[in-house]
Amino acid sequence: MDFGLIIRNALRAAFGDFAAVYALAAIGLNMHFGYTGLLNFGQAAFLALGAYGIGVTVTYLGLSLWVGIAVGIAAAVLFALLLGIPTLRLRADYLAIVTIAASEIVRFLVRSVTLSDYTGGSFGLSNFADQFYALNPLDGTQYGIGPIQYTGRQTWVLLVAWSLVALMTLLTYTLMHSPWGRVLKSIREDEDAARSLGKNVFVYKMQSLVLGGVIGALGGFMLAISIQSVQPDTYSTAITFFAYAILILGGTARVFGPVIGSMLFWSLLSLTDNVLRQAVNAGYIPPSILDGTQIGQVRLMLVGLGIMLLMIFRPQGIFGDREEIALDAR
Amino acid sequence: MPDNTATSTLDGIAHEPGVAKPDAVLVADSVVRRFGGLKAVDVEHAEFQRGAITALIGPNGAGKTTFFNLLTGFDQADSGSWTYDGKKLSGVPAHKVARRGVVRTFQLTKALSRLTVMENMKLGATGQSGESFLRALVPPLWKRQEKAIEARAEDLLERFKLDKKRDDFAGTLSGGQRKLLEMARALMVEPRIVMLDEPMAGVNPALTQSLLGHVKDLRAEGMTVLFVEHDMDVVRDISDWVIVMAQGRIIAEGTHEAIGRNQAVIDAYLGAHHDAPLTEAEERQQLEEADAQLAAEAQQEHAKP
Ligand SMILES: Nc1ncnc2c1ncn2[C@@H]1O[C@H](COP(=O)(O)OP(=O)(O)OP(=O)(O)O)[C@@H](O)[C@H]1O
Ligand SMILES: [Mg+2]
Repeated sequence: MDFGLIIRNALRAAFGDFAAVYALAAIGLNMHFGYTGLLNFGQAAFLALGAYGIGVTVTYLGLSLWVGIAVGIAAAVLFALLLGIPTLRLRADYLAIVTIAASEIVRFLVRSVTLSDYTGGSFGLSNFADQFYALNPLDGTQYGIGPIQYTGRQTWVLLVAWSLVALMTLLTYTLMHSPWGRVLKSIREDEDAARSLGKNVFVYKMQSLVLGGVIGALGGFMLAISIQSVQPDTYSTAITFFAYAILILGGTARVFGPVIGSMLFWSLLSLTDNVLRQAVNAGYIPPSILDGTQIGQVRLMLVGLGIMLLMIFRPQGIFGDREEIALDAR
Repeated sequence: MPDNTATSTLDGIAHEPGVAKPDAVLVADSVVRRFGGLKAVDVEHAEFQRGAITALIGPNGAGKTTFFNLLTGFDQADSGSWTYDGKKLSGVPAHKVARRGVVRTFQLTKALSRLTVMENMKLGATGQSGESFLRALVPPLWKRQEKAIEARAEDLLERFKLDKKRDDFAGTLSGGQRKLLEMARALMVEPRIVMLDEPMAGVNPALTQSLLGHVKDLRAEGMTVLFVEHDMDVVRDISDWVIVMAQGRIIAEGTHEAIGRNQAVIDAYLGAHHDAPLTEAEERQQLEEADAQLAAEAQQEHAKP
């Protein structure tokens, strides 16, 4: 077994494009769930709207990528309003049901035959991000520290993606240390109490839903740009559940929770994947137990098991405060 | 004894349900709230005197909390209307009722567990510029106001003996402390009317005394206080006026002395089994009646096949 390679890959994954994209998705979810207590199970749709926003604008409308970004953000805002207006006045579980359904509706719409002229159906769209790469100031071929190396192109994507992560983390920090954030947290704790103190709960929930959704859409932009393509099935509910796993791993309602959670999540996936793959190849694990094609599923099971253990021994996540979590139960 | 002008202005008022007050700040008309077949609230007319402490009492399930919920926009009435300072208050959403200066606390305390005591307090302040999303992004725009709010919160916390808990999560407070926090937080709103739902429940007697003092201070500052309370000592101590509800209706109004003598109130509270002093003859008669009833029932049992 080549442990050097295993560690190298795990580190690459921790700082890779997926880690950044999912960090953005989870930062948005943290705004919804961690701070406001909104059970949004449709975060995948916000990423999809970001990704398709640029895809459709560039390939179908022939407009620039920057217009596409504006379209993606507008679509995320509209989607949040559409979800929020009927459900935010109701009990929390209604939002959960509506969002998970709406996110599947979005996916089925973009992969439908009827819309395939615009969205490319189940094949999706590709090569719409040339304008992004044209701005790449890095002309060298290799960048990185020590064993973690990326091509100039990858480095450019990572630079922008992680800058967005940093910016959104800073935004969360600023907001959560402001009176606005205080109102959000009070709504999470007891919205009637917030109401009795004169806060317009509906408006704050809506702002939170929109903001977290737009942050998710930023993740969608970076995902689409980094692979220069969008496919509908990328945006299945798995994205949402991975983002929740990341949030729980890092610690909900913690500013750095989603970032550390995402880095850890992706390096754990890489680690289990590489260890299993090498063990199978070297014959440590006989093919009758596990063959190469099953590794993708088994690694998810192992990471799931890991999260379960974490929940048992450290329910507050990496960053959380155990006492604070315990208050929930009264 | 209440030591305020409010009592004297209420002096000549008739002791009857729905009586008009000389300076009513809150007036309710034909308020009905049904839960299925049950009329939880059925108030024909009620007026609350400005600057007075009015106690709302009544047996469990009388509809006191529901009436509070309706007045403050936390529940929708099936019919009826009410005004505050002459302006319509019915149909106004809860948060706007609070902003207009009518603030309530909850019988089942709503401490915001995972916020600190200080954060709970600061949340109560209204008109915070930092509560707008865009201004929240620029701390210099709200830091100074935040300081002022914090100073006010500290004052109140001290008054309510919670200053040592300032930085603890509200979820770690005891039941009584939560009651105190909720009351102090409501005062952060700078209300004109406070509606307290059983504010003294679970608060220790010594602190109750000092709280009663605070409530009297509120009145001295010109605030109108409305409170639900089961402890008659408390009611006797601070209320200028008492309104009694039973089965959704207002069955009596008056000063606490008059209420204590009111037969309808005694019946509502104690039902048929009340232990009002009986003469020996009455007692004997009741026993005989009970015996007769038992005998009749026993006979019926035997008569069955
Ligand atoms: N949400 C609800 N759904 C159904 N019935 C309700 C609801 N809320 C209150 N009730 C009923 O309305 C009646 C009045 O209840 P309410 O809570 O107003 O009483 P209360 O006077 O505050 O009593 P307590 O002194 O015990 O607090 C009760 O019979 C109660 O069962
Ligand atoms: Mg009650």
